[in-house]
Amino acid sequence: MKALVFVTLKSGVLDPQGKAIHHSAESLGFAGINDIRQGKYFEIFLDPSLDEAAAFAEATRLASEILANPVIEDYRVEIVK
Amino acid sequence: MKFGVVVFPGSNCDHDAYHVISKHVGQPVDFIWHQETELAGFDAVLIPGGFSYGDYLRAGALARFSPVMRSVREFAAAGKFVFGICNGFQILCEAGLLPGVLMRNRGLHFICKHVDLRVENSNTPFTNLVDSDRVLSIPVAHAEGNYTCDDATFNELEENGQIVFRYCTPDGEVTDGANPNGARSNIAGICNRERNVLGMMPHPERACEELLGSNDGRDIFRSLANTIGKMSI
Repeated sequence: MKALVFVTLKSGVLDPQGKAIHHSAESLGFAGINDIRQGKYFEIFLDPSLDEAAAFAEATRLASEILANPVIEDYRVEIVK
Repeated sequence: MKFGVVVFPGSNCDHDAYHVISKHVGQPVDFIWHQETELAGFDAVLIPGGFSYGDYLRAGALARFSPVMRSVREFAAAGKFVFGICNGFQILCEAGLLPGVLMRNRGLHFICKHVDLRVENSNTPFTNLVDSDRVLSIPVAHAEGNYTCDDATFNELEENGQIVFRYCTPDGEVTDGANPNGARSNIAGICNRERNVLGMMPHPERACEELLGSNDGRDIFRSLANTIGKMSI
């Protein structure tokens, strides 16, 4: 079983890296892109003996305690079988 | 009195800090490897600059799980002095010993240059030998120095006098042009509410000898030694 964790900056938090990518995209001629926000993506490989609820709980704890900094970031956890 | 300098894998300003304490403050100092947990006998612990754990995940995020950090937390809770510089400041924020977070610089670049700092509060254990509003010339060297916090935290910092240093012009004016990294309200250094934990992005240990362009940093370390000296009388 695998947990996918997406860590993104909270709305309103300045993302200079996303802005730089956006500028590059514009200068390359990509059209219709209003904004780009950069985030992080983690694949957590969990022990198959865990049931889905336990896997979700463990991955969520990991996301909140280590993977994301709650001052500036939000996270979302998905379980993939 | 005795100072300690914590060494993480990737610390690179540890020897500078050690040198300053032994040579320019004239006090005993020891390195503390990050696997150690015993801090008895120390009066102050310095968390030096560098790239602990390669800045993986977020700057300072992984160092906070080192065994020594649990002891540093207890050390701070007991009222002893903890001083984080640059990466050390990032670690203290990640560890929750100081509020807020250091984000990527607004211009994305790694900045390495001398900046001017205004002393916003000289009534702290780390600045008592420095006049308020004095401008210090101290170098910065970081890519993640953009101090960020929510409004409630910021108001608390202001009300409690926890903002210790602000980036300013050579004349002491706090302007956006003097802000190297986009830090909220030009914040370069803050302390906790109890005033025994200080974090700052600029490197005072690199500004302790005239030969290196400035010795303004010495007064910060000497203030701390002065505080500890008075306490032990």
